[in-house]
Amino acid sequence: MSKVIEGLKYSKDHEWVKIEGTTATVGITDHAQDALGEIVFVELPEVGADFEAGDEIADIESVKAASEIITPVGGNVSEVNDALEDSPELINDDCYGHFIYRMNDVVVPDDLLDAKGYEDYLSTLK
Amino acid sequence: MLDAIGIGSLDELFDDVRQAGCLLDRPLDIDKGRSEEQVLDVLRNLAGLNVRGISFLGAGSYDHAIPSAVRMLASLPSFVTAYTPYQPEISQGVLQAIFEYQSMICELTGMDVSNASLYDGASAAAEAAALAIAEKRKSNKVILSATMHPFAIDCVKTWALGTGREVVILPEKDGVSDFSMLGYMLDEGTAAFIAQSPNRYGYLEDFTGVADKVHQNKSLFVISSDPLSLAMQKSQAEWGADVAIGDTQVLGIPMGFGGPYCGYMAVTKPLMRKIPGRIVGQTVDTEGRRVYVLTLQAREQHIKRERATSNICSNEALCCLVSVIHTSLLGWAGLKEASNQSYCKAHYLCDGLRKLGYEAAPGFAPFWCEFPVLFESDADLERFVSKMKAEGIFSGVRLSRLTRNDKDALTLLVAVTERRTREQLDRYLEISKEAR
Amino acid sequence: MMEEFAPDRIVEPLLVEQAVPKRRGYLFAPLDVPQAAPLDDVFARNSVARLPEASELDTVRHFSKLSTMAYGVDYGFYPLGSCTMKYNPKVNEVTASMEGFTDIHPLQDEDSLQGCLALMYRTLKDLSELLGMKWGSLQACAGAHGEYTGLKIIRTYFLHHNEMGRNRILIPVSAHGTNPASANMNGFEVQEVATDERGLVDLNDLESKLDDTVAGIMLTNPNTLGLFEKDIRKIASMVHEAGGLLYYDGANFNALMGMARPGDMGFDVVHLNLHKTFSTPHGGGGPGSGPVLVKKELVPFIPQPDIVYHEDSGKYGFKWNEETSCGKVSGFWGNFLVVVRAFTYILSMGSDGLKAASRHAVLNANYMQALLKKEYSVPYDVICKHEFVLSLSNLKERTSVSALDIAKGLIDFGYHPPTMYFPMIVHEALMFEPTETESKDTLDGICKAMLQLKDMAEKDGGWLHDSPHHAVIGRVDEVRAAKNPVVRY
Repeated sequence: MSKVIEGLKYSKDHEWVKIEGTTATVGITDHAQDALGEIVFVELPEVGADFEAGDEIADIESVKAASEIITPVGGNVSEVNDALEDSPELINDDCYGHFIYRMNDVVVPDDLLDAKGYEDYLSTLK
Repeated sequence: MLDAIGIGSLDELFDDVRQAGCLLDRPLDIDKGRSEEQVLDVLRNLAGLNVRGISFLGAGSYDHAIPSAVRMLASLPSFVTAYTPYQPEISQGVLQAIFEYQSMICELTGMDVSNASLYDGASAAAEAAALAIAEKRKSNKVILSATMHPFAIDCVKTWALGTGREVVILPEKDGVSDFSMLGYMLDEGTAAFIAQSPNRYGYLEDFTGVADKVHQNKSLFVISSDPLSLAMQKSQAEWGADVAIGDTQVLGIPMGFGGPYCGYMAVTKPLMRKIPGRIVGQTVDTEGRRVYVLTLQAREQHIKRERATSNICSNEALCCLVSVIHTSLLGWAGLKEASNQSYCKAHYLCDGLRKLGYEAAPGFAPFWCEFPVLFESDADLERFVSKMKAEGIFSGVRLSRLTRNDKDALTLLVAVTERRTREQLDRYLEISKEAR
Repeated sequence: MMEEFAPDRIVEPLLVEQAVPKRRGYLFAPLDVPQAAPLDDVFARNSVARLPEASELDTVRHFSKLSTMAYGVDYGFYPLGSCTMKYNPKVNEVTASMEGFTDIHPLQDEDSLQGCLALMYRTLKDLSELLGMKWGSLQACAGAHGEYTGLKIIRTYFLHHNEMGRNRILIPVSAHGTNPASANMNGFEVQEVATDERGLVDLNDLESKLDDTVAGIMLTNPNTLGLFEKDIRKIASMVHEAGGLLYYDGANFNALMGMARPGDMGFDVVHLNLHKTFSTPHGGGGPGSGPVLVKKELVPFIPQPDIVYHEDSGKYGFKWNEETSCGKVSGFWGNFLVVVRAFTYILSMGSDGLKAASRHAVLNANYMQALLKKEYSVPYDVICKHEFVLSLSNLKERTSVSALDIAKGLIDFGYHPPTMYFPMIVHEALMFEPTETESKDTLDGICKAMLQLKDMAEKDGGWLHDSPHHAVIGRVDEVRAAKNPVVRY
């Protein structure tokens, strides 16, 4: 069973979001990292760029799979996790401990799930 | 075998096709089979209908010398009859050869990463345009220099057709790109500027300052170059390009009526994960040995499907093998010599034509091994070409053959390779004198 | 910087690592014209390219050694599903290396090209008959390139009919990855169509996705499970009624030559892979050739120039259709020397031979499937066409031996593995395509090996996890290759 953490918001595209005031921190969930396998590359967004919720913002690659990250919230990218450039496997090691990007001035859509809602959603997947 | 399957006749294997109402109920209207001797006769006859000549034709296909060892090695059965090297344990030979090819392309172009080949130089231009659009967010336009090979421009236009992507042409002046216009044409939606040197006329382009201008606009700079010319002229990296493309036909591949050739593409490191097509990488096996494997596959269509920048899978692997063998035999010294000899012989011919009063290479830019000759009338050009042909010489390519544009009808492109002898060049000049 | 490897960790050094300064493998006659003035500094290259410095013998030994570390059809059985690795008759190589073809420049005058043009014309004519289409183009250089070209023709057709709102291409989930990628290159939106419990297109799902924004559907028939789409005529009328067109991915046409024609099934555009069905060698990944053939209404939109025959003069020529053609997709006229091989094959086989080839390809596949299904699970247990798929899910659950392990195990028996993990809708898939050129003995041999491998999996899975044991190298570290890419010396 994939790990889900209380207090975070989740998207059906398997990203987690930590919202603090007008900023948000985003990463991928345990379910997502497990499905990808050993991660070999993360393409990070450009700091300063604006995105709307639902935009493709980053790419994650393993040897046999590639997955795009659909940003669950809109906003302006304020920081990216540079450590992932050299050590993308950090996401496999601890996906909730290693964020991918942070945003300011975030717009949070209504349809994000809480931990319980995401767990229920996962159980509907095969 | 039928028993094992549990059926009574071969026809039963096609019951589903019959039930679907799709069974063809008549023989094909195609000849009956032939013996090998009969087949060889037909093909010999067809080959015999083609006329060979002393070639001064270029425009994307050149008659360079090909060492005998190239063809012999490239016809080794395990190279010829292997599929894509998906299984590294039994494909090290193919993989290492491609790795050596990629390295050779990187050395010639000065770039960091080469793929394992594209179809040809012209289609590589379309792939470069696609790469650029994928790389730059919200872009939908590429600028091509008017001096690119007309068929490369055609390929990019076809790629854009009906898709909402825009292809804009940077005008030319005196046979080279008019860069004074470039600043005005680069805008937010511009993904790339693509140019070629030697260009469609054979002139070398002066790209001084172009990379800066393009990069200021956050666009990619793509240069297409004949790889043999790179033994003399600045490499794409030296001009500051992000993407290098071209065709390795000049490196050991026969003219073959236009194909198969071998498109190359090499990029700077930041674009490594955007380059289309297969890439071979070095790694280790379970014993810690240095080995090779197809890598960075997450870019490709079989994983990324509709999100992949390109759909390419089969490429021109055997042709890239030909080119790496050819280049290995020649080495840097041999490439420089082939390049220089082509250059000197082209200039010898051009000078001779000028002395005879021909308007040969009338532009201001230098040229390498190909140059345009401008005629005053169609009758003059026709007389020139047919006199040459009568002597078994293919004197050049009419530019209008490529552009289908009347304004180019009086321009003959003349290419000279190291294979042409002094005697052939002098004969060309003699006939030119007679045709005057 | 490249990492250093001890000599005993290097299988074969790169040729550049064996360089001896000033050694050369090819010499030119001395320059017999005056040395021209050097290029101006603005244009002159400043850097040196590091290339091999090797004699002809050094080079021959190096590449000969490399060739011993590659596996081709000439060495053994190559049942790679969807790739049609049939034997490539040697006469093809002889004809394709005739100087009257290899030494011909693509821009010679048409009257000096009559042999090349006639060969292309006759090839197109035979392919049109074989597929039930009107005419086509040989300009695309590979299967995927053919897809790109075929969809571009569809794009252009709708452009000329003022139906640019048709922006979606429907593709079954089981399709080759090139299909959605080709659609994307043409700016189409891709929508997947479900596969039903029979392994065929789900008609209800298709129905729900058809409207006036659909440009067409891309299908492989037989599909990637090796099954004939029995509802194809129904599918064709549904799509046509919605105003869309049908695209046939000819990757699997080796099942149907002389038996059924895509044109008769209702397809409007077809591409073929000459390097599959028509016995031209794969060359370690190319060159291929991807002819595109179309129905009458689409002929005006094929790439230019077209190849035409002038009845009055009895001559062949090029024809440029600037007004309607979708344009050019490659530098010249396509991979001509590959077409020469395919034409040679068609001449050799003839109408009866081509039909017999397909019938035996289907026989061989069904025979192998029948032998293997006793011990392996077949997700769709029906008569297949030229290829079939096994699922090793159960085996993996029970023994932890995966499809990959079994595939690698086959290498130790001297066989090339089948296609692995495709199509994606089958878990732990192995896809076999034996082709018609293999004998019953060969098929019996590999089936025996497969059964032995299953025995081994049940008894000692660990041994298979480390297979192959008898190849030049062991399994490779793909994660390392992708994480820290070294792609050049």
